[in-house]
Amino acid sequence: MVVHAETLEAERQQQLLNLLKQDCGSCHGLQFKGGLGPPLLPEALGGKPDATLIDTILNGHPGTAMPPWRDFLTANEAAWLVNQLRNPR
Amino acid sequence: MKLFVGLPALLIPFSLAVGGELRGTGDLGVVVERAEGSVQIVDTSHRTRIGRITGLGDLSHATAVFSRDERYAYLFGRDGALTKLDLLAGSIAKRVEQAHNSVGGAISQDGRLLATSNYTPGGVRVFSAETLERVADIPAEYGNGQLSKVVGLVDAPGQRFVFSLFEAGEIWVADLHDPKAPKVQKFKAGKEPYDALISPDGRYYIAGLFGEEGLALLDLWNLDAGVKRILPAYAKTDEKLPVFKMPHLEGRALVGDYWFLPAVGHHEMLVVDRRSWEVVKRIPLEGQPVFVIARPDDRQIWVNFALPDNDKLHVIDTQTLTVVKRLTPGKAVLHMEFTPKGEEIWVSARDDDRLVVYDTETFEEKARLPADKPSGIFLTARAHRLGL
Repeated sequence: MVVHAETLEAERQQQLLNLLKQDCGSCHGLQFKGGLGPPLLPEALGGKPDATLIDTILNGHPGTAMPPWRDFLTANEAAWLVNQLRNPR
Repeated sequence: MKLFVGLPALLIPFSLAVGGELRGTGDLGVVVERAEGSVQIVDTSHRTRIGRITGLGDLSHATAVFSRDERYAYLFGRDGALTKLDLLAGSIAKRVEQAHNSVGGAISQDGRLLATSNYTPGGVRVFSAETLERVADIPAEYGNGQLSKVVGLVDAPGQRFVFSLFEAGEIWVADLHDPKAPKVQKFKAGKEPYDALISPDGRYYIAGLFGEEGLALLDLWNLDAGVKRILPAYAKTDEKLPVFKMPHLEGRALVGDYWFLPAVGHHEMLVVDRRSWEVVKRIPLEGQPVFVIARPDDRQIWVNFALPDNDKLHVIDTQTLTVVKRLTPGKAVLHMEFTPKGEEIWVSARDDDRLVVYDTETFEEKARLPADKPSGIFLTARAHRLGL
């Protein structure tokens, strides 16, 4: 399940990229090399299916500090973020 | 001043740096621009920026401490870099890559040693504040030799550093009287300490626990008593909300008879009796508190919030224990820092790319300065405070 960038408005894409870098980056590092949370670099995500990652983003990871982001993101937007992480520019 | 008369050329580098005049640094500070990897040098007397230093790497969660002469700031970057910044010259004095992933640091009581709090490799490393040469390595080993992430590192009287081990659930006290041979005492703290504070007098070290309820208290005057668990049931009244940003614990939240502590996963602040450790009041707030900081005269407490309420600031009156002012400085308010005697406060609004300065008596906005995704604000007055 890959959502193409065209399906999101440019302004929303910018908001999501800012969220990804700044808010996800608070725990995972601005360069996604990890922090309190694990690294989110493409090789670190390699073995994990999209569905798992999307579920973790939306519903959090109980027992860890990863919170659910479903109040801030749709499933499509979470999928778009996973795609950004897998294919950094 | 004979030296200066005899060697006028020595003055030139200083003069160039500050526009032709000698100056002190007591009203200076640094503002972290986290995304660009730069810092601004700011002057709080004139509410202006006097310099900018770039090329500092990944500065998410970057913190700074100051040399006791207040000329140098030491910046601890997320990517493990430790940088000594010369506030007068507006330049990098020294820089070392000391770890792969780091979350903060501290400067020793005598100002001669720096300690870094590292995630990878998990542990604490100690450096000469003058040269940044490494003098000691304290791997945070536990269990079968795994390394734990280190959080909540502070300086303490007795030339000590105190810190917490996230995975190991321990608090360590390291005595650095002999910097090459640190003496470390270890204490069981509880599940997943995420940050810690030390009281302004340097006596109490308190670690917040993410993995269970309550906080871990270590009395540094009575180490034999070990860790005592406090507020074990403070949050059992209702279900915890998701935590979108970990609270930061600050020693500057001890005011008179009370500690003011953020309640993890709740829209409230706990007011706790400093002797009995009982909750005397829960102050309802409009979000989950992150930083809880007392004005230097202890009359007010200022609080910012985690997502999605991170555009707000609340001011609490410490006499009435009520919220007396609500401010909206901008989007993503990450940090605030009082001027040395507290007549003004500097606030960073990351997503609006600005700093806002308020008068803390009238709440009037005194200045607004541009900054690139600003986060931490650190003023040189920290140089002479324990634990900062």
